[in-house]
Amino acid sequence: MLEIKDLHATVQGKEILKGVNLTVNPGEVHAIMGPNGSGKSTLSYVLAGRDGYEVTGGRIIYEGEDLTELDPEERAAKGIFLAFQYPVEIPGVPNSTFLNEAVNAVRRYRGEDELDKIQFVKMLRAKTKELNMSDEMLKRAVNVGFSGGEKKRNEVLQMAVLEPKLSILDETDSGLDIDALKIVSEGVNALRSPERSSLVITHYQRLLDYIVPDKVHVLAQGRIQKTGGKELALELEKNGYADFTGEEAA
Amino acid sequence: MTAVSFLEGGLEGGLQGGRSLPGDGLEWLKNRRDKGAERFGALGLPTPKLEGWKYTRLRPLDDTCYTPIKDGVGDAAVKDLPTVGDVAGRLVFVNGKLREDLSDVSNLPDGVRFGPLDELLENDPAWAEEHIGSVVQNDDQAMLALNDAMMDSGFVLHVRKGVVLTKPVEVVMVGGLTDDAVAYFPRNLIVIEPNAQATLVKHHVGRGVGAYFANAATEIDVADGAIFKNYKVQAESMQATHVSTVHARVGRDATYESFNLSMGGLLSRTEAVITLNGMGAHCGFNGAYMMRGNEHCDNTSYIDMAVPNTTCKQVYKGVLDDAARAVFQGKIHVARDAQKADGRMLNKTLLLSDDAEIDTKPELEIYADDVQCAHGATSGQLDQTALFYLRSRGIPEALARNMLVQSFLGDALDEITDEHVREVFMDRVVHWLPAHCYLAGEWKESA
Repeated sequence: MLEIKDLHATVQGKEILKGVNLTVNPGEVHAIMGPNGSGKSTLSYVLAGRDGYEVTGGRIIYEGEDLTELDPEERAAKGIFLAFQYPVEIPGVPNSTFLNEAVNAVRRYRGEDELDKIQFVKMLRAKTKELNMSDEMLKRAVNVGFSGGEKKRNEVLQMAVLEPKLSILDETDSGLDIDALKIVSEGVNALRSPERSSLVITHYQRLLDYIVPDKVHVLAQGRIQKTGGKELALELEKNGYADFTGEEAA
Repeated sequence: MTAVSFLEGGLEGGLQGGRSLPGDGLEWLKNRRDKGAERFGALGLPTPKLEGWKYTRLRPLDDTCYTPIKDGVGDAAVKDLPTVGDVAGRLVFVNGKLREDLSDVSNLPDGVRFGPLDELLENDPAWAEEHIGSVVQNDDQAMLALNDAMMDSGFVLHVRKGVVLTKPVEVVMVGGLTDDAVAYFPRNLIVIEPNAQATLVKHHVGRGVGAYFANAATEIDVADGAIFKNYKVQAESMQATHVSTVHARVGRDATYESFNLSMGGLLSRTEAVITLNGMGAHCGFNGAYMMRGNEHCDNTSYIDMAVPNTTCKQVYKGVLDDAARAVFQGKIHVARDAQKADGRMLNKTLLLSDDAEIDTKPELEIYADDVQCAHGATSGQLDQTALFYLRSRGIPEALARNMLVQSFLGDALDEITDEHVREVFMDRVVHWLPAHCYLAGEWKESA
């Protein structure tokens, strides 16, 4: 599914990723944990193709193809989805319009027929029902006036609608209370299948109680420092990241 | 009499050169024209030395000599004129000349007068004398003096006491399609009597490749308890110079709503002076501007909150591409005893190119002590995070940019209280954008 080989990346001339190696197989959920400033968000942006995040070395192979030269929209069309840590508010654009444009853009790219209004609404209703979301959230402008929990749920809805093969969740747990965390996690778990993989980026272990990972990696100082099973997350929760940053535990 | 290099024959050319002007035989009008010519002679064309013209210079008038319109300049075939659809009446002018074949005022309700200026001067000169010049106050506006001197076309909208127009009336002004560069000077008169209501939609359209210069003046009287909505789309050609001076007076508990969608014209300037002179008067004075190429668009306004308990809200937003330039100058003046005034002004501009430029000058001048007033201005580029967000969902960059531009202009257009007009205007915005084909249909259905 995804193979990252010796990935180096810079942001504004500063090297943030210094040789990341990571392999995710179909159906697997991997957690990436690490202290602030370790390069977690940079890794997610580099995978999604954000301008200004420059790959200076190494390769990102996704389903046998090198991604590094592709635009974000091409990556999305190929099945990569990034759930944002801070979803963006877009006044004046109704959520349903946004979703409709996204779904049809992806379908056009793949050479599939666009969904007509009725097909789209039917599909959308089914997804919102699964996620326990109100139709009212669809009529509102994208993320405008949404609570933190609603914004994250909206990310999960987008994910459910676009049905990506590789989902990257960037600190989706940040700012969520326990109820919202459960709902979001259920949404993510509902998408788990033998063909789909996820990369769950988080600072804290608690999200992994709900989205149980196959593997846990520690990212610090721009590199994967340690890889283990889900028990590694618990260990980190107890001991902190001091072992990996060369600093004293707080 | 007065030497004016940009007009063939100067200011007197029209009168002496055998050009017949509307209301030629009326003594009071002749006096007004003479006075205007004299005043313009004294003031001259505005230069950047004047504070109000610091950022806008009437460059196209430097090197082009325009011929004041004569019979025949309005005869060109025109089609596909813009419209908002179902209207109570419609006037079409081509280069200032009324086109009866394209106009329709046969179904106006009782109590509504809507027609060309020359007809008014012929049929009801006493009423015209009473109203022309009744709203304008200052005589320091050179372009208004020039209009006084040269007024040769225009329309009147007069709605009698208590009459409510349920459908809008529409004016289409087409410019261009002549061999010579032409100039015309519309004088428009709008009188909405007490408790009457009306909506006007004005379309300015440029056709062909010829230069033209339109210098309009409009007087608007919104009497006590009346509601007047004044919507304008300025889609002039890349050779057009469009100068419009508006004076409006808003009475007690009356509402004046204005929206100016500027989307074309080599050089355009709209200067409005609005006086809220009755308690409870409200003014919504809004607009959007979208310019590209070398276009220059200036929106200048002065809102005078002259008495207590008046409100005004002003939202102007714009998008500038290429080397386009826009100017926003807004001043809200609150008079000494105009307590409880509530005045808001906001100007925001999105710069899509490094060569685009906005000069913005929002001002509050407050002499009362118990008021709520605020102003703000920003300019910036497209939000890169938002652009990435949309693209990361599969939306192609061109479409994502369009969505963000629409999103940006959206809250200015939201100020249009007539839902249908708002939709029509949003559609015009969509079609101004590149790659609009992706979006137009879907957008309207779900918005």
